[in-house]
Amino acid sequence: MRFALLKLRRLVVVMFAVTLLTFLLVNILPGDIAYDIAGQDASEEEVQQIREDLGLNEPVLIRYFTWLGGVFTGDWGKSFRTGEPVMEAILSRFPVSLQLMIVAQIFALLLALPFGIISAYRPGGVMDRFIAGAAFFCLSIPPFMMAILLIFLFALFLQIMPATGYEPLSAGLWENMRFFILPALSFALAEWTVLMRVLRADMIGVLQQDYIAMARAKGLPTLRIILVHALRPSSFSMITIFGLQVGSLIGGSIIIESIFALPGVGRLLINAIYARDFIVIQGCVTFIAAAYVLVNFAVDLIYALLDPRIRVEGARG
Amino acid sequence: MANTTVDQAPADAATEDKNAEAVAATKRAKRLGISFWLPVGWLSLVGGAAVFAGWLGLPDPGDADFLSIQSPPSAEHWFGTDVLGRDILTRIIYGARVSLTVGFCAPLIGMFFGLILGLLAGYYRGRVEAMIVSTMDTVLALPALVVLLLFSAIFGGSLTTVSVGLGLLFIPAFARVSRANTLNFAEREFVLAARAMGAGDFYIIVREILPNVVLPVIAFALVAVATAIVVEGALSFLGLSVPSPTPSWGGMIAEGREHLQETPHISFVPATVMFLTVLSFNLVGDTLRSRIADVRESAL
Repeated sequence: MRFALLKLRRLVVVMFAVTLLTFLLVNILPGDIAYDIAGQDASEEEVQQIREDLGLNEPVLIRYFTWLGGVFTGDWGKSFRTGEPVMEAILSRFPVSLQLMIVAQIFALLLALPFGIISAYRPGGVMDRFIAGAAFFCLSIPPFMMAILLIFLFALFLQIMPATGYEPLSAGLWENMRFFILPALSFALAEWTVLMRVLRADMIGVLQQDYIAMARAKGLPTLRIILVHALRPSSFSMITIFGLQVGSLIGGSIIIESIFALPGVGRLLINAIYARDFIVIQGCVTFIAAAYVLVNFAVDLIYALLDPRIRVEGARG
Repeated sequence: MANTTVDQAPADAATEDKNAEAVAATKRAKRLGISFWLPVGWLSLVGGAAVFAGWLGLPDPGDADFLSIQSPPSAEHWFGTDVLGRDILTRIIYGARVSLTVGFCAPLIGMFFGLILGLLAGYYRGRVEAMIVSTMDTVLALPALVVLLLFSAIFGGSLTTVSVGLGLLFIPAFARVSRANTLNFAEREFVLAARAMGAGDFYIIVREILPNVVLPVIAFALVAVATAIVVEGALSFLGLSVPSPTPSWGGMIAEGREHLQETPHISFVPATVMFLTVLSFNLVGDTLRSRIADVRESAL
């Protein structure tokens, strides 16, 4: 409990810092939004009126705290461009981003688990070296490049996958999933390498433990030893990295969502940046940062649940 | 007295063992394989071309050849031409300037400040450390790419904004590596000896600790170079790095996106060059890192 509280306190501090920083940054965005909204023929009074309406005449810090107060009551402001409430805009797009992330991480795990186990089983062997080489190769292809490659291969050349677009889940599971496979693979083909390496390193250590030798001596089948006895203690670091990756995926989703025209939070953010719609930017960054920080918090807790030593030490520190 | 000789014997054996290890390590050092020299060769090629681009007799990267728009590779245009008929090879070479500038400046900025903070935190401990570590953790909690996007949207995409923005975001990682390594050395005998001889904190940090910390930090910097090139590529792909007429790899990949069907080379040539460059930095960094680890082990 103490451990969770300590982490929670840090979480609040981080969120405060992030939102304040974003607010200050966003407020020095070049260009005057009031002029943009008013249009070219607007008089000075009209522009002034718009500023007044948007509350742009207040000092930045006052505006920040007004906005922060709104965040807690569910009023995240309205888009300067479309008038859409920011919170609704984000919440309506969030499921898409979430689905992308979940599918991506499932793919990454599906690749990392078998390859990590195979590598750790005979470190230095042919398979291990081959997998390490493949991982190095994959790691050097950034997701946006992988996306182009996948679109070329599967959408244009083989024509078995759609290049861009989105169908809601109501159109049917397969119709909906089709649009997530390539975007998720763009992430997964890079992310699995990190997971695999960490799993391999930990599992090599675990497989040398006495209790594994004991299990072997008892004549348990190898597969059972690995999956039942070795996998759990080998996966601590991998879970941490897994969580951190979810964080980095949230950032990376901006690019992938705009390449594949997926209507997620990342795409909302990039469009807001292009349009200098700063209340939307502010909302998106807050949301993304909160998600990022919460995921890391959750990772810490899960980690503590899996490994009681952390709990004790964390609370002591 | 007799005890010392007895104690000495295993110690000698251990040193011998370590010497043998060191010899093995140097032997390995002499035999850096093809997986080291090939990337180094590629990086020299790209780096050399970028530096001497003006003397290579290339057309201007903005020159459009309207007679051969989107043409495939030919004798005249080795890598073909892009949507506007500009020579892709030329643009890749000039684009390398952008990638390599960001690739080196950002890690340098991160390394400079990260080293200072890491050394201070690891050496002074206590309140200084607590403050530095918690500030760094806060920065690490920011979604880096999002912050960088904002940064270049606000200050306008340019080499400076991208390099500085990315450099600042690199600081916490470098500070962590530096701090961890400083902690390793701060209480060692040679530091105590220096202090006993009356050396000041500044002298100890710079002359005694820094030389030991800097090597692993440099190995980490090489990986950071690869990351920086990738991130710059992503930003210019989104049009948020250097503005349009200036060629950049990410921007070139983005330009070819609409024409993947008919003329995939417009995207794939710059993509391949970028991939090879990133792969090379990763390979070289990895080799150096394990090499440093070897040297460490044999020296301890």
